[in-house]
Amino acid sequence: MSDHSFVRTEMLDSQAPPMMEGSVLGWIRYNLFSGPLNSLLTILSGLLVVYLLASILPWVFLSSWTATSLRECREVIPLTYGEGTTGACWAVIRERYLQLFYGFYPKELYWRVNLTFVLMLIALAPILFPKLPRQMLYFSGVYPFLGYWLLWGGTIWTPFLTLAGLIVGYLVFNFLNERRGLLIGTIVGTLLIIFWFLLGVIPVAVFLSENVTPLAIEIVESEQFGGFTLSVIIGATGIAASLPIGILLALGRKSDLLIVKSLCVGFIEFIRGVPLITLLFVASTLLNYFLPPGTNFDIILRVVIMVTLFASAYMAEVIRGGLAALPKGQYEAGDALGLDYWKSMRLIVLPQALKISIPGIVSTFIGLFKDTTLVSIIGLLDPIGLSRAIRSDTAWNGIVWELYAFVAAVFFVFCFAMSRYSIYLEKKLETGHR
Amino acid sequence: MTIQIVALAGFMLLISWLISNTIQNLETLGKGVELWFLFEPSSYDINQKLIEYSSRSTHLRAAFVGLINTLIVAVLGCITATVLGIAIGILRLSNNWIVAKIMTCWVEIFRNVPVLLWIVFTMAVLIESLPRPATFRGENPESSLLFWDSVAITNRGTYLPEPFFSNGLGDISIFGIFEVSLDLVAFLIVLFAGIFVSNILKKRADKTQQTTGHRPLVWPYRIAVVVIPPIILLYILGFYLGKPELKGFNFQGGIYLRNSLIALWIALSCYTSAFIAEIVRAGILAVSKGQTEAAYSLGLRPGLTMNLIILPQALRVIIPPLISQFLNLTKNSSLAISVGYMDITGTLGGITLNQTGRELESILLLMLVFLGISLGISAVMNWYNSTVKIKER
Repeated sequence: MSDHSFVRTEMLDSQAPPMMEGSVLGWIRYNLFSGPLNSLLTILSGLLVVYLLASILPWVFLSSWTATSLRECREVIPLTYGEGTTGACWAVIRERYLQLFYGFYPKELYWRVNLTFVLMLIALAPILFPKLPRQMLYFSGVYPFLGYWLLWGGTIWTPFLTLAGLIVGYLVFNFLNERRGLLIGTIVGTLLIIFWFLLGVIPVAVFLSENVTPLAIEIVESEQFGGFTLSVIIGATGIAASLPIGILLALGRKSDLLIVKSLCVGFIEFIRGVPLITLLFVASTLLNYFLPPGTNFDIILRVVIMVTLFASAYMAEVIRGGLAALPKGQYEAGDALGLDYWKSMRLIVLPQALKISIPGIVSTFIGLFKDTTLVSIIGLLDPIGLSRAIRSDTAWNGIVWELYAFVAAVFFVFCFAMSRYSIYLEKKLETGHR
Repeated sequence: MTIQIVALAGFMLLISWLISNTIQNLETLGKGVELWFLFEPSSYDINQKLIEYSSRSTHLRAAFVGLINTLIVAVLGCITATVLGIAIGILRLSNNWIVAKIMTCWVEIFRNVPVLLWIVFTMAVLIESLPRPATFRGENPESSLLFWDSVAITNRGTYLPEPFFSNGLGDISIFGIFEVSLDLVAFLIVLFAGIFVSNILKKRADKTQQTTGHRPLVWPYRIAVVVIPPIILLYILGFYLGKPELKGFNFQGGIYLRNSLIALWIALSCYTSAFIAEIVRAGILAVSKGQTEAAYSLGLRPGLTMNLIILPQALRVIIPPLISQFLNLTKNSSLAISVGYMDITGTLGGITLNQTGRELESILLLMLVFLGISLGISAVMNWYNSTVKIKER
């Protein structure tokens, strides 16, 4: 037998991968031209994109930043860029952006709005990013009162005394909670705070500012607020307040206590059944009927209360979904450890339920922030109300795209940032087993 | 138990405090709470009315006209939003990269900008960029009617051809409150009868298929049953279209859709479609991949897999949030007041309120109406949901 066997002694060079695998070409082949229908779709949508860009980009860039009226824009742009060009008139933004951001807030006091906004970011930081030192949370707690003082001005004693009242009320609650039980602690603490707010704060603040030291800065009236400042004030306050109220409502709706449960269900279903605009009508016209004669409190505060109530009903439903998604074993585990209701909720149930409901919570926040624009219907000058005012100005009569595009872009940035943060948070808290 | 009593007591205290305040305030203003104002003449006109209404009609009737207008825009919006939303949601899952990205852009842009801005913006664009009626005039007009001279799109609104019947049946008055065209009623009856018969045909075919294994050819008959009788009816009634014509400064004749309605409709549908698209996408993704693979291994083609395996399962996930989107759209339609569309917020909560000065009654009634609509929609949709829900044994 002759030796026919053949054993290769050296390795063959590895072959290049098929042209269609792992290359740009392959990607294009699979994602864009995998079949006749797909190719047609690609070509059509590609043409659409090209068409849109070809009509939008020249409009955006062949524009005028310096004109003082729409008419001037329309004259200047063809002169600069050649006959027949129709560019954007960004001049309206240049002229009015301060108004769109600050409303009619006094110009020399813009620093107060800016400072409040920066402080808000600092106060938010420890809540958003848990890596930061926990001591910063004290600042977050003080911030609402500081922000109120900075924005509206007046004496610092009012927000200070309000905060002090809250702290004293909390201490009393804690003291009684340990000795007399939760119920008495809550009742006495709440009543104390309410009486202090209704009767104590203002006289004492007046007394202190007249007799000790005023510590006051210039007062800015609510009518002067407007633009994105107003949207952010209403949105941020509503967001901050609606989460705790929503949690309480959701817990109430899930509880075994019949009366508490039916009160919560009634409230939630009522609020969810009516449009926000009717609640804002209540804020602007009816609230005067419901309050003691002679009370006339701030329109922004009234709107904030209504927006908060509205958002908290939706929040309650979102959180209820999270509570329902939690396995029953978790509740039972809490009981088995001998924790009382609040401890088991705080330590076991809520952290998990809130984690599940993050996407819903954040989209409620986004919805709330977008809904702040509705205040323009009851006459507050938020960005949309201001746009209407600008459009009725003779110089800018007939301007549409530039103004609304700007307002929309700012809203987009805020809302998009929020939704991205929610995705980040979801990823971070993802423990792999739900 | 103690907690409950305390909560109830607190709630009662709050309510009685509010009521006593209200009574006191109303007394100082010299107003009472009563609803007779609803039966006084409204003395204002409404620019879009489907039922007979004049400024001599009562406030109640004005509210009713507004309610119908609300429902019109809500129904139109829900339909277009659903169609758009489903298309976008499915296309967002497409393998085609460009298409998927375009749809993502659509969703993000509409979702992250307030709906009020979209409504006001659409209205402004319609007014500023559509041709004026005057440009349709002359030998060489700048703008022309669309669709064989039957549709006029102007910055004052859109005019569609109007159906007329040369030997129509006339109107019928219902309880003397409003009138309904008998021609429309006849048309709808014939149409629904056709659909009913077509469904019977389908069931028969299904039965035959189950017993013999062969599906008889029924789809031509099914289409014929639905389409042919209405056409015959229209022919008998002498159906023809009345086209809008330019007379004086404006178009006359035809169905006149106001810009406010169109702006509201477009803005609400596009805005809601972004949310519906996300719901549809999530619903389809929620069906596990094994289901698709199982269907393929059974030899089903992709189209059948979608229809028989994926969609029925996805619908269960899709429908509950879809209901709440419909509710949101209906509630958002109350923003009509910002573009001057006379929905119920504009009539009852707007002009009636301002004319009679009855804030309390008007706004509470308005809220009640919306509560009713919301509960109605959720009842209908929940019923539908229970029919597609998984039947657990």
